[in-house]
Amino acid sequence: MTQRFRMSAGGAIDRSRRLAFEFDGMPYQGHPGDTLASALLANGVRFVGRSFKYHRPRGIFAAGSEEPNALVQLARGARTEPNVRATTTELYDGLIAASQNRWPSLAFDVGAASGMLSRLLPAGFYYKTFMWPAMSTAWLKYERVIRAAAGMGRAPGEPDPDRYEHQYAHCDLLVVGGGAAGLAAARAAADSGLRIILCDEGARVGGTLVGDDVSIDGLLGSEWIDATVRILSANPDVVLLPRTTAFGSYDGNMLALIERVTDHLAAPPPYVPRQRLWKVRARRVVFATGAHERGIAYQDNDLPGTMLAGAARTYVQRYAVRPGSRAVVFTNNDSAYAAALALNAAGVALAAIVDARGQGEITGTLARRARDAGLPIVAHAVICCGHGRKRVSAVDIAPIAGGGRRRVDCDLVCVSGGWNPALHLFSQARGALRYDDTLTAFVPRSPLSHVVAAGAANGRFGLAEALADGHAAGLGATGPNLSAAAPPHAEMEVGAAPLALWSVPAPRRGGKRFVDLQDDVTAEDIALAAREGYTSVEHLKRYTTLGMGPDQGKTSNMLGLALLAQATDRSIVQVGTTTFRPPYTPVTLGAFPGDERGAHVEPTRYLAMHDWHAEQGASFVNAGLWKRPYSYPRVGETPEQAANREAKNVRANVGMVDVSTLGKIELQGRDVAELLNRVYINRWDTLPVGRCRYGVMLREDGIVLDDGTTSRLDANHYLMTTTTVNAVKVMQHLERLLQVDWPELEVYIASVTEQWTAAALAGPRARQVLQAVVDIDVSNEDFPFLAFGECQVRTAQGAIPARLFRMSYSGELAYEIHVPADLGRAMWEALIAAGEDFGLMPYGTEAMSTLRIEKGHVVVGAEADGRTTADDLGMGKLVSAAKWCIGKPLMNRPALTAVDRWQLVGLTALDGAVMPRAAKIVADLDRALPNPMLGHVTSWCWSPNLESWIALALLAGGRTRHGEILWAVSPLADAKVRVRVGPPCFIDPEGERLRG
Amino acid sequence: MLLIPCPWCGARAQIEFTYGGDATLQRPAVDATETDWVQYVFLRDNPAGAHQELWQHSAGCRQWLRVSRDTRTHEILESAPAVEASPGDAR
Repeated sequence: MTQRFRMSAGGAIDRSRRLAFEFDGMPYQGHPGDTLASALLANGVRFVGRSFKYHRPRGIFAAGSEEPNALVQLARGARTEPNVRATTTELYDGLIAASQNRWPSLAFDVGAASGMLSRLLPAGFYYKTFMWPAMSTAWLKYERVIRAAAGMGRAPGEPDPDRYEHQYAHCDLLVVGGGAAGLAAARAAADSGLRIILCDEGARVGGTLVGDDVSIDGLLGSEWIDATVRILSANPDVVLLPRTTAFGSYDGNMLALIERVTDHLAAPPPYVPRQRLWKVRARRVVFATGAHERGIAYQDNDLPGTMLAGAARTYVQRYAVRPGSRAVVFTNNDSAYAAALALNAAGVALAAIVDARGQGEITGTLARRARDAGLPIVAHAVICCGHGRKRVSAVDIAPIAGGGRRRVDCDLVCVSGGWNPALHLFSQARGALRYDDTLTAFVPRSPLSHVVAAGAANGRFGLAEALADGHAAGLGATGPNLSAAAPPHAEMEVGAAPLALWSVPAPRRGGKRFVDLQDDVTAEDIALAAREGYTSVEHLKRYTTLGMGPDQGKTSNMLGLALLAQATDRSIVQVGTTTFRPPYTPVTLGAFPGDERGAHVEPTRYLAMHDWHAEQGASFVNAGLWKRPYSYPRVGETPEQAANREAKNVRANVGMVDVSTLGKIELQGRDVAELLNRVYINRWDTLPVGRCRYGVMLREDGIVLDDGTTSRLDANHYLMTTTTVNAVKVMQHLERLLQVDWPELEVYIASVTEQWTAAALAGPRARQVLQAVVDIDVSNEDFPFLAFGECQVRTAQGAIPARLFRMSYSGELAYEIHVPADLGRAMWEALIAAGEDFGLMPYGTEAMSTLRIEKGHVVVGAEADGRTTADDLGMGKLVSAAKWCIGKPLMNRPALTAVDRWQLVGLTALDGAVMPRAAKIVADLDRALPNPMLGHVTSWCWSPNLESWIALALLAGGRTRHGEILWAVSPLADAKVRVRVGPPCFIDPEGERLRG
Repeated sequence: MLLIPCPWCGARAQIEFTYGGDATLQRPAVDATETDWVQYVFLRDNPAGAHQELWQHSAGCRQWLRVSRDTRTHEILESAPAVEASPGDAR
């Protein structure tokens, strides 16, 4: 197909190459340098989508990231992406795009044809409909239909095939925006030794200067850009980032940038990320972010063929596209005259330039040029309404004071309601704004210490003043910079003040005058919201959805708040703006996690003996970040069957489990015992050298924090173990106490969790296995329960030093052997070999858990769940009366000592039933709901040694309920099981086995 | 994201730190009343302006710092070691 609206010369496009693309199934062609929007316009495609709520035909409205209408679905299989702005999508060969929000086709849409949407969807529709107290069943039925009708594009249904990466950067000066002011700022600061980053969202740096016929230092716009970019590129201290949008400004001058690395390529190369998320710390930031043009609310101002005047100019000058054949320009300011001149030069007929200002106020340079060119200017006039169905065919114009309307045929309406500095990022950086009556726009009140706005973003709309402002902002970053070039020079244009015109009354009752094209918010909606009391701009936004679409109201918010001000007889200053929040433009979700997805979300920690476990066919389980053996299934066994065999073998013979994940903290110094006395509930100054002790720590509020054992290795040298999950937390707790609260204590601590690997050897034959490999006597007399000693372990690699502890988690005769991590496997294999004759089997976490449930040992995170006290867990007797400790002052508050506290008990399932997962405990199954909950099951298992299902539970007044029969119920598992309450310890309550 | 000046490591990003709450609280004496302990453990001021708070450089030197932060602007006004002397230095 030919590009009927492409001009034969001019523009920043490469006519020597043609790019084929498809829109709604039709093939078209464009050129490198095009966006999807410019290529569609070149092919005469003006109707590109249907609106969000009313499904009205919509065309391309803008030429940049502020586009509210031309959102398309890019279709590339798993790479399909909804709500992509056609105006910022670079054209590539083979691009496939489709319009959105229509069914069955763009031209014939059921939603629009039925006409029901308009009547059904007034302002505050969702609030009125779905939040009414007596929401009728009819509405419930229609909700599905309405939600289907009001929607945007479709999310991809497959996993994202692309890779995204993160990049951290630091610089002295970050320039956001590479238009006239941004380039001037970077050029002024370059060569001063500052590290500079300049980012620009366009494929080509330069902003609106690209293709512009202005003259800077005697060069055309594009020539000046190229010359400046050459200078900056040659400077090793300057990083230029095109296709990069700064989308968020955060505390400490940190900005988030998204760089689109391969989105513009037909076939992305391998090993290159699709997008790169930059986190830039800048000493200073210059926001040269330009300005957004806004529309004027007149009736049917949304017809395809209606666009912003500046956009029309960009399509002509940058893309060499005529966006229409016969244009009407509607303005309240000077800038639209530049568009009119550009259109005229491109051969587009100018039917009228409708200027709301009086003849005497239209005095600017550009207007004079238009007049000199013989363009028909109609002063003191407005457009009252548009005509046409799927595109504009005419407009009615009338004197602003009222009076006769006159119809003017046209296929293009170029509107300019004024310009808003793009202060989103400046405002996010906490820059304050002020309303400028002359410019009819919000501008920065004053620069911040390290953040300034420059150029159009600073209200300097003319090219000459924007260049000067940018240059000054760049020098502001360097201080006196002797090497800085002279400021770039452009001809100063004389401007005339704009007129604050926001809307034109609708000639037809019910005629729609759109404020926010993306969310289908009309001037009437804003008036209605104001009448209903939504007079705060933040309320108005949420009630009408003004500015809540993907464009965040870039072309509409100012218009909306001006109309709210009018409707409530307030000034624009009194109404104020809504809060600007990141992101400035939509960011692909995949960019936020970057590489941190799947297995890379967090680190994986492997045990020193991991390979041995894997070689033995262990099934692994995640324990925090660790991979731990769950059990070691033999041929034909499930992991659960293996765990039962292992648990049984520990009580019958001997087993060995890898306990290296326990947190290990070494403590040295004169005051360690005093520290331990203060952090544990029990007493430590009585612990002799060569002995271990179990301890419980509380939080300041008296709730259990952690438990573990601490051993006295030498007079002033201790080793503390913590639970696997709390290793980090306990270390931090101790560091804080020693550094902040009690610096006078002489205690030095170090985490040695990863330096030592540990095995627990448990079972009646553990001593025989151990004695075969160690060089000390481990008899009950010489090495009794809770003894500590140092020894040598004989291994195939020679003797290795070890720390030996006699402590038991399983309730059996048991030892823990700690060796330096890299010697772990040698120690482990030596014990396995020595255990062959004694029936030694390795066991995993599941058997370990079964053994400790049988023994009634608590786990922090299950029984100690952040609400339980030491007394709840049956350890009240551990609290030493002879000393103070953390948590003790608040441990005995009334609520923590009530008789109906949930206390630790053991449960045995009756009737041969399986203990349900996470069951709650009730007394009477037949009670009306909600059935009072007496407690809940915290840990449960099949006990191969007791041959029944057992559990630990927290039960109201549990210690007084031993012997009672209650119910463990799980509505989720649909299970109801009779349970008998008893003490938590099921095996060897006297502790004869572990002391034997 | 805050940029917190660590007296030992220099200015570092907030993600390297762990927040530790109000730095002005004084641990009550061991024989203080329960009311004093409730005050210490649970009750906090919420000033608009300078707030003295503890941060640990947990992904760095592990030192606890006293930081003064303006709660209105997030500006870091000052940072210093939690205690001037390291443990044991006095001996």
